Amino acid sequence: MKKKSFFEHIATAPYVFWASIFIVGPLLVVLYFAFTDQEGKFTFENILSLSSYSHTFIMSLGFALIATVICLLIGYPLAYCMSRMSERTRNVLTVLLMLPMWISLLIRTYSLMALLDNGGLVSGLLTRLGFEKLTFIGTEGAVILGMIYDFLPYMVLPIFTSMNKLDVRYLEAAADLGCNNRKTLWRVILPLTMPGVISGITMVFVPSISTFYISQKLGGGVFDLLGDTIERQFQNAVTYHTGAAISLVMMILILISLAIMNKFSDSGEDIIV
Amino acid sequence: MNKNVLIRLNGISKSFDGETVLDHINLEIHNKEFITLLGPSGCGKTTTLRIIGGFETPDEGDVFFDGKRINDIPPYQRQVNTVFQRYALFPHLNVFDNIAFGLRIQKCSDAQIKEKVKEMLALVNLRGFERRKVNTLSGGQQQRVAIARALVNQPKVLLLDEPLAALDLKLRKDMQNELKNIQHQTGITFIYVTHDQEEALSMSDTVVVMAHGKIQQIGTPTDIYNEPINAFVADFIGESNIVDGVMLADYRVKLAGHTFDCVDGGFDTNEPVDVVIRPEDVDVVSKEKGMLCGLVTGVTFKGVHYEIIVDVEGFKWMIQTTDFVAEGETIGLSIDPDAFHIMKKSEFSGMFGDYSSFSDELDKLSDATEEIDEE
Repeated sequence: MKKKSFFEHIATAPYVFWASIFIVGPLLVVLYFAFTDQEGKFTFENILSLSSYSHTFIMSLGFALIATVICLLIGYPLAYCMSRMSERTRNVLTVLLMLPMWISLLIRTYSLMALLDNGGLVSGLLTRLGFEKLTFIGTEGAVILGMIYDFLPYMVLPIFTSMNKLDVRYLEAAADLGCNNRKTLWRVILPLTMPGVISGITMVFVPSISTFYISQKLGGGVFDLLGDTIERQFQNAVTYHTGAAISLVMMILILISLAIMNKFSDSGEDIIV
Repeated sequence: MNKNVLIRLNGISKSFDGETVLDHINLEIHNKEFITLLGPSGCGKTTTLRIIGGFETPDEGDVFFDGKRINDIPPYQRQVNTVFQRYALFPHLNVFDNIAFGLRIQKCSDAQIKEKVKEMLALVNLRGFERRKVNTLSGGQQQRVAIARALVNQPKVLLLDEPLAALDLKLRKDMQNELKNIQHQTGITFIYVTHDQEEALSMSDTVVVMAHGKIQQIGTPTDIYNEPINAFVADFIGESNIVDGVMLADYRVKLAGHTFDCVDGGFDTNEPVDVVIRPEDVDVVSKEKGMLCGLVTGVTFKGVHYEIIVDVEGFKWMIQTTDFVAEGETIGLSIDPDAFHIMKKSEFSGMFGDYSSFSDELDKLSDATEEIDEE
């Protein structure tokens, strides 16, 4: 590899500094706490004790997976349609999609809570229409809906970007070789937009599996997801070690999921995680 | 109607954003023919090809294939395959899968696919490239894969959209020969689009010269070269001096103040005409023996011959000669009667065939080609 010039060193210095203080440093601290006990001695005890949290792990993984799959099922067709619309409509839709991203996730979650609350807008409307009184807050559905609502744009945008970059010539070549629209979608568009799909999945799955406010606000305290558990552990100085251990295992889980996905895509292209 | 006609274009017109690209095109393409659509960029040749391929619908007129109107048949149901300008090989598939693409759509068996792809790779001289990624191939190799990918489907017609434009000169010459061989071997009708007149002349059975969305002339390469119908065709195909002349009588033409014998007739008495004299048909002689005299203003060595620019009373002629003449010399020119080709005046008269602004004209032409083809 080419030796870096002095200027390149200078230019990357702020980021290297930032990364070491705020990314590498904290990771080392997590590692330290995960593998020590309260006297600072090395131990596997924290990791081994996590078996009692297996239910939390499975539930978090399940919720995140469901939310990701639904986001993909909504997001991919949406991105596909958007890329085929006139430029005007496309721009309007892009802005509509981006708009919620300019508002804090926390505020969006709160507003969704206000809508779904008992006696809130949605259930109020339903009761008035003659439906039985329905509870949303505190159900699995509400938590997953929250994840989908908060993270859908992160699925659509990367897919839309790769859809837009797709050269029309490939579609013409597919048609020329006998593909109708459906076959073109399966054999050409889908494989060529895989990098977008992978980024989209990553950008929805990772925040979904680690969220704590969505489950707190919309789950009504019923669901204890990984994020909630970690948050609770760190409220108390004594349980830092367990919190760190859960964080570490969660990170490893995420890395494994991403590795599996990259294997599947097999496009040889770099994927932004 | 001729039974041998495979494709017939009937009064095809097409415009984009109010700009007419094709203006009532009529064309018949025969089975097993190598036909070339030739013309400068923007002449409508690629649009014609895309209409045959089904990627554009004509605003007016009908496309017939084997006697059936196919205007509304989508590309994937047409018995034609295309070699695209920049190949459009699928980047997510390797060479084998690219070529096998069409066969898989047709649900051929694996054994069949394997055999046919192997056969195709042999035909385009790419044995052993099955597992290569397409983006690791050179331009020439990608070109071959694109041809194989189209031919493996055994189309009735192969459409080629400037397939050699991106290759360097040497490779282009080799590929021209190979394409011609492939066409002979497979017996498939080739419709070839190019702006390179040399390519068109050396490969085609029939050349269709297009300009301004209209067909100017259809004919064999020799017809087109020897008997151009107007100044545009004469200028576009090969080099030519196009001089204003007057037909005094049959076989007598007056130009540059002199009267010459020629072999063309059938014009009105004293009808103004365009006269084409090819640069290789003019002999350089001493000024005493010359029918015309002129001053040499430029000499370029071209390898086989010298290309000299001669000023004859203000009109600059290009002459190709194997004898060296020096710049500034006054020489005589001698022209045989059969070297004069007389054309009726057309909308293109006076636009071409004078070499006084030779280099500028060439630059402009090649620039325009690049620009429009990028679109």
